[in-house]
Amino acid sequence: MLELKNITKVFNPGTVNEKLALRDFSLTLNDGDFVTVIGGNGAGKSTMLNIVAGVYPTDGGSILIDGVDMTRLSEHKRAACIGRVFQDPMMGTASDMWVEENLALADRRGKHRGLKWAITKKDREKYRSILAELGLGLETRLTTKMGLLSGGQRQAITLLMASMQKPKLLLLDEHTAALDPKTASTVLEITDRIISEHHLTTLMVTHNMRDAITHGNRLIMLNAGQIILDISGEEKKHLTVESLLNAFSKASGAEFANDRALLG
Amino acid sequence: MNFANWLSSLPGVTSLGMIWGIMAIGVFLTYKILDIADLTVDGSICTGAAVCTVLVLAGVNIWLAMLAAILAGMLCGLITGLAHTLLGIPAILAGILTQLMLWSINLVILGKANVALLGKQDKLLISNLTENILKTNLILLALVLAVIALLYWFFGTELGASLRATGNNLSMSRAQGINTGFTKVLGLMLSNGLVALAGALLAQNNGAADINMGRGAIVIGLAAVIVGEAVVSRISGNFFIKLLGVILGGIIYWLVFQTVIFFGIDSDLLKLLSALVVMIFLGVPYVKKKYFPAARRKGGNRNA
Repeated sequence: MLELKNITKVFNPGTVNEKLALRDFSLTLNDGDFVTVIGGNGAGKSTMLNIVAGVYPTDGGSILIDGVDMTRLSEHKRAACIGRVFQDPMMGTASDMWVEENLALADRRGKHRGLKWAITKKDREKYRSILAELGLGLETRLTTKMGLLSGGQRQAITLLMASMQKPKLLLLDEHTAALDPKTASTVLEITDRIISEHHLTTLMVTHNMRDAITHGNRLIMLNAGQIILDISGEEKKHLTVESLLNAFSKASGAEFANDRALLG
Repeated sequence: MNFANWLSSLPGVTSLGMIWGIMAIGVFLTYKILDIADLTVDGSICTGAAVCTVLVLAGVNIWLAMLAAILAGMLCGLITGLAHTLLGIPAILAGILTQLMLWSINLVILGKANVALLGKQDKLLISNLTENILKTNLILLALVLAVIALLYWFFGTELGASLRATGNNLSMSRAQGINTGFTKVLGLMLSNGLVALAGALLAQNNGAADINMGRGAIVIGLAAVIVGEAVVSRISGNFFIKLLGVILGGIIYWLVFQTVIFFGIDSDLLKLLSALVVMIFLGVPYVKKKYFPAARRKGGNRNA
């Protein structure tokens, strides 16, 4: 499905701030894999997602989705097969546009945008019913400006938008980190539901080890731009936060440094 | 200037206001919708005037001349847009660079600093002659409504929506597969096309194209956008009304201008005044938010 081969990414090369974010990074996802990604501060989690999404170019290596080389493709072209939800609830939606307009924008992802009406009556019915499935009462707020909704509501809608065009790959970048615990668990529930319903291959970065253990079928841990743990199947089901922390210090020879992960 | 003079100047003020209103809608597209401050307009308004004037003097039909002016304006927007998206030059600087290029280009088109539309009065669509003023205002009103209707339609389409999204949230737009480079260039082209149309109308209204006619145009455009927003935002958030508000803003601007002259203020000071007014209007919301945050809390907490 997704193949990352020997990816290297260096920020600010040739300066004192030079930072090797990904080092000879390789990862292969199988169809339908739901992979949770954890790691310390600056381990390269977000960089990896952004490299896959095409936010910045790689300094080496290649990215393949279903065998097609995406390495040189621009961000908006890759979007045709990638759905994304960001950490900041403000980032995933257009705040000055209506809920239905946002959904309509997502509904045309990967398609030609011409001079047809952005929203038809049929679209509106479809949006109403998928919003109703969220169970958040948003189906009555099609013409509410996105900016007036709460962070949790926006993340839930962003999830819908990311999954609407059945992406080959779903990228979740700490998408519950900015929410309060109760809202975060609601959004995670919705996430699970959408992923299993559409059988989406997913990469979910999280700072919460417990979430990383309870969700998905595979867990990878990053440190200094490399994968230091890759656990799946039965083994993953028996993981505990403690065993993960132990595994981390064994693999990296250091204490796990992610303040939020330990607090979470 | 006495009161009777002021009164009799009103029809002319209306037509001037509508022409600058069209220009201001161009500014609205970039400044409000695309979130880009585009300074190309100071040059492209003159480009529109110059192309129209030269073509009319060469015997070309006025409608064709105006169409050519629009296309020339779109070309100006294309230059700024490509400088911004392909070369990575900040939009504001890209606009300034194009504006400077256009100074020379406009001179080349015109051949000299001021070219009058002598002897072509009957070939023009509008003019500021007293006997034509009603006709001029009616034609301008029809043009204004046509422009607004066209934009209202366009921004309701898939492509128009992607343009609005680009100005609203760049990351989201790209994540939803919108080619934001393309939408930005398209927006700049549309905007400068409208600005050049206003230039072509202005040249007809004034009976001449002048190399200096665009100086400070962006400020007048912004003033019209801001005044228009202040007037209609309480009534309705409808896009059609918003655009109508911009036209109204243009008319109000020239009404105030005329009134200030009526009170005997030196017209040399008017650019100073309009820039100050725009500065105050742009600054007030920021100052309010920064120093008097309590007043804005009423709207509810966004992060709730």
